[in-house]
Amino acid sequence: MRIRCPHCGERDRREFTWMGAALERPGGSWGEEMHAYVFLRENPAGPLAELWHHDPCGAMVRAVRDTRTHEMIEPGDAP
Amino acid sequence: MRLATGGMIDRETQLSFRFDGRIVHAHPGDTVASALLASGIRLVGRSFKYHRPRGILTAGSEEPNALLTVGKGPGREPNVRATVQEVWDGLETQSQNRWPALSLDLMAVNDLASPFFGAGFYYKTFMWPRKAWEALYEPVIRRAAGLGALHRDPGPGEDEKAFAFCDLLVVGGGPAGLMAALAAGRAGARVILAEEDTRLGGRLLAEREHVGGQPGAEWAASVAAELAAMPNVRIMTRTAVTGAYDGGTYGALERVGAHLAPEADRPRYAFWRITAKRAVLAAGALERAMTFSGNDRPGVMMASAVRAYLNRWAVAPGKEVAIFGTGRAARATAEQLLDAGVTVTGLIDPDPGAREAQDYPVFPGGHVIGTHGRQGLSLVKISHGLVEQNIRADCLATAGGWNPQVNIACHQGARPVWDAERAAFLPPEGSVPGLTPAGSANGTFSTAACLTEGWRAGAIAAEDMGHKAPAADLPEAEEEAGATPASWVYEGPGRAWLDFQNDVTTKDVKQSAAEGFSAPEHMKRYTTQGMATDQGKMSNVNALSVLAAATGVAGGPAGTTTYRPPYVPVPISAMGAGARGSGFAPIRRSASDAAVRERGAPMVEAGLWYRASYFPRAGEKTWREACDREVRMVRHKVGVCDVSTLGKIDVQGPDAAAFLDFVYTGAMSTLKTGRVRYGLMLREDGYVMDDGTCARLGDSHYLITTTTAAAGQVMQHFDMVAQVLRPDLDVTFTSVTEAWAQFAVAGPQARVLLRTLMEDDTPLQIPFMGVTDARVMGVPGRLFRISFSGELGFEVAVPVAYGAALWRLIVAQAESLGGGAYGMEALNVLRVEKGFITHAEIDGRATAGDIGLGSMMSTRKDYIGRAAAEREGLTDPGRERLVGLKPVDGARLTAGGFLFSRGAAAERVNAEGYVTSACHSATLGRDIALAFLKRGPERIGEVVRFVDHLRGTDVLCLVCEPTFIDPAGGRMRA
Ligand SMILES: [Zn+2]
Repeated sequence: MRIRCPHCGERDRREFTWMGAALERPGGSWGEEMHAYVFLRENPAGPLAELWHHDPCGAMVRAVRDTRTHEMIEPGDAP
Repeated sequence: MRLATGGMIDRETQLSFRFDGRIVHAHPGDTVASALLASGIRLVGRSFKYHRPRGILTAGSEEPNALLTVGKGPGREPNVRATVQEVWDGLETQSQNRWPALSLDLMAVNDLASPFFGAGFYYKTFMWPRKAWEALYEPVIRRAAGLGALHRDPGPGEDEKAFAFCDLLVVGGGPAGLMAALAAGRAGARVILAEEDTRLGGRLLAEREHVGGQPGAEWAASVAAELAAMPNVRIMTRTAVTGAYDGGTYGALERVGAHLAPEADRPRYAFWRITAKRAVLAAGALERAMTFSGNDRPGVMMASAVRAYLNRWAVAPGKEVAIFGTGRAARATAEQLLDAGVTVTGLIDPDPGAREAQDYPVFPGGHVIGTHGRQGLSLVKISHGLVEQNIRADCLATAGGWNPQVNIACHQGARPVWDAERAAFLPPEGSVPGLTPAGSANGTFSTAACLTEGWRAGAIAAEDMGHKAPAADLPEAEEEAGATPASWVYEGPGRAWLDFQNDVTTKDVKQSAAEGFSAPEHMKRYTTQGMATDQGKMSNVNALSVLAAATGVAGGPAGTTTYRPPYVPVPISAMGAGARGSGFAPIRRSASDAAVRERGAPMVEAGLWYRASYFPRAGEKTWREACDREVRMVRHKVGVCDVSTLGKIDVQGPDAAAFLDFVYTGAMSTLKTGRVRYGLMLREDGYVMDDGTCARLGDSHYLITTTTAAAGQVMQHFDMVAQVLRPDLDVTFTSVTEAWAQFAVAGPQARVLLRTLMEDDTPLQIPFMGVTDARVMGVPGRLFRISFSGELGFEVAVPVAYGAALWRLIVAQAESLGGGAYGMEALNVLRVEKGFITHAEIDGRATAGDIGLGSMMSTRKDYIGRAAAEREGLTDPGRERLVGLKPVDGARLTAGGFLFSRGAAAERVNAEGYVTSACHSATLGRDIALAFLKRGPERIGEVVRFVDHLRGTDVLCLVCEPTFIDPAGGRMRA
């Protein structure tokens, strides 16, 4: 799998750490929204926006991957 | 037997190698297999289960039988296919899976007992009695099973890994692959042409076909020369593409030095990761075996292999050869054998309409029903029409049609499709993005069509990538595709073998179906069919055909098993190349490393770092004596400890304060310049992630420390916060862990010691939890007034280049004051005595409240983990919370032991907590511990029961505050 780092270009997946689904942090006190942000995840068979950490340069990358095929629909941009 | 002329071998040069100690002669260009056949050696191995004699079956990497151990000593390599291993002078090879010798294998008694050893035998037989498994069954099975054995010691030298990038990867250098590479290469695309053989040409090297008016091998050589001259084309021979992975990544195994005498610094293998925009799968096809009674006898061989040995290596695999097959493949084999002076004793052609031949007998409508010969073929028993008869043969060439090598096209989960007309599995369409099959891998069997299809695939790929395709340039070639026999399974009275290596017979597959394991995947696991080192290349189609017949499925094999990488066996040493020893875990050394080792300090790993455990002195017999002395030294004089391994992150920017407020539970924006504050970071789920200090060096400049273990994690966390969660904040940060050497100086004499290193000692007047610039021996550095020991303490930091010198000096000064260096053991005791936490306590399950630091959670700002930490369950006073423990009668305490109410049974359901850290306190002269205990702080003064089931300890302990020494902190503020 290849992911595009906004700094370094397209790189091998093994240079990245998976940081989970790309979500909006609601903030504020504990409630349904924060609960969902911390614990609830979609598990789509299809496109999923995810965050990756490019370990060599420290850039965070947002990419959209098809979970069925690992096709990188959006191979990676700054989050 | 070597023929007098022909072959792609260098007859001028003599080589010799050993096979089971016997000297075998060869020429450059020979494989071990061709040289063994040239010397008339037919018996080369024993099968896995029944130890049946086995001979060379093929001439390629699909070989299931001729597996040898190559080399000697720790560098020897088991299960090397004799058909792939090139000969070098002095090569040592050994046959496998036989005892005591290949020709006399006592384990062959298994074969006599084979009626008892059918499919599922192991599952059914070795179930009861349960006790016998470990004592009896497993040792016996282990001894009997297995092919070659690895040496116990690691081999010398290392394999390599490598990376390559291209526009087009062509998998296979036969007619289709050559044309694909040529079209794309001429178009200007960056091409990698990977071929597992030693040279390009594929089947053209083994056949007597003409291409473009030239002998096929010569045509291939001319194309290879043109490709080699193109700067945009890279030819990789001896390189087998092993798998197709996501995103156009392909694995490939190159035999870098495996074909040469071992030499220092020359790897045997390189494992390549090739990234390609497009790929053409031109892996060719393998001849299908014929399944009949006795088909595993040494001497039975693929007809394609017979022609390869004749034409490429000038070796006749027999003196009297019979052929079992149909059409062009069978006829060409016969003619080429005759041409080489070999007697063809018969062509057994299943086609009832097969025409007669002038120079050899043809048996139309015939098939083989048995074979004879001890350790090698001597007679073939056939049936044609109503007649049964024996034919003399020391070699039987079988031609069962062709199996396209669809594997790579199926590596991403798709199954191949059975094409009844071509009687073959064809690659599924579009399963591997960017990959196009071409040539016989695609079921296109005539040479002319392979050339056309290869060219088209290469040209289209180049056009897709924006190149202009060159004008088609197709040489003339053979247009006949050959024929496939109507059937390739002919069962007779005896056992007919499918998987030669794993000894799976047609009977086993039928039994599997009869017992309900009728799906291909079930049959595979029940019989071990296709689980040998050839991964079923030589047997799956036949086995699936038998299964289809047994389950009443018409029209060909009913599905396949899953195709998985690697296409050929890949040594783990190649796949994991570079990851041995320090390649696996690089060694991080701090500035004091050399001096510490000179002192004979045992080192302890902390992540990738190595830190001194303790500093033994003359007369000290145990680590405890050294540790106790070091603790007393710090409490009464002065100790020095290298703390450079802690993570250090420099944070700067107008919003540095706001950023740190967001990642720490406490407010760092209110910290004054020149002051240090202890900080806790939570995860978003409310549990403690890490702790450390935060020093404010200026208005918009902070330096924070992390624990040694979590330095990387915190850095990643900071990246996440700055770039994803709070991109509104103007802040930058960088790790400076390796830029600074930092030493803790602790004890009543700390100030005295440091004064000797500083011309201007005003920095030493900083208050507790202060930070200042300071010149140390004239070097600009920093001084922190912080303490992890509870004593008057400083940490002095200098640029790392000065670290080693400063360490030696500072230790010498400490010793002159009656102190010295202390290691991790003493550091741990000192902090437990003070109740300071480490990752033994903040293990991912502890809240700030659990460790008694609930007051550090600011209520005036939002920060990561705040919301979640407010949840009921995380603030429940009934949680397990940090306390100290003192054994009532001075017994030993150990981390990991559990706590129970006095009088409660020491069972899991009654557990009320556990010990996280325990040590012998040299200061108090007794064991002490830190523990998590339900409602802990409310139970100070209570006696609880400590049980360590593992070590058999069961003692009573007094629950106390987790600070054992100087609870008011007067010493460190001194
Ligand atoms: Zn990057």
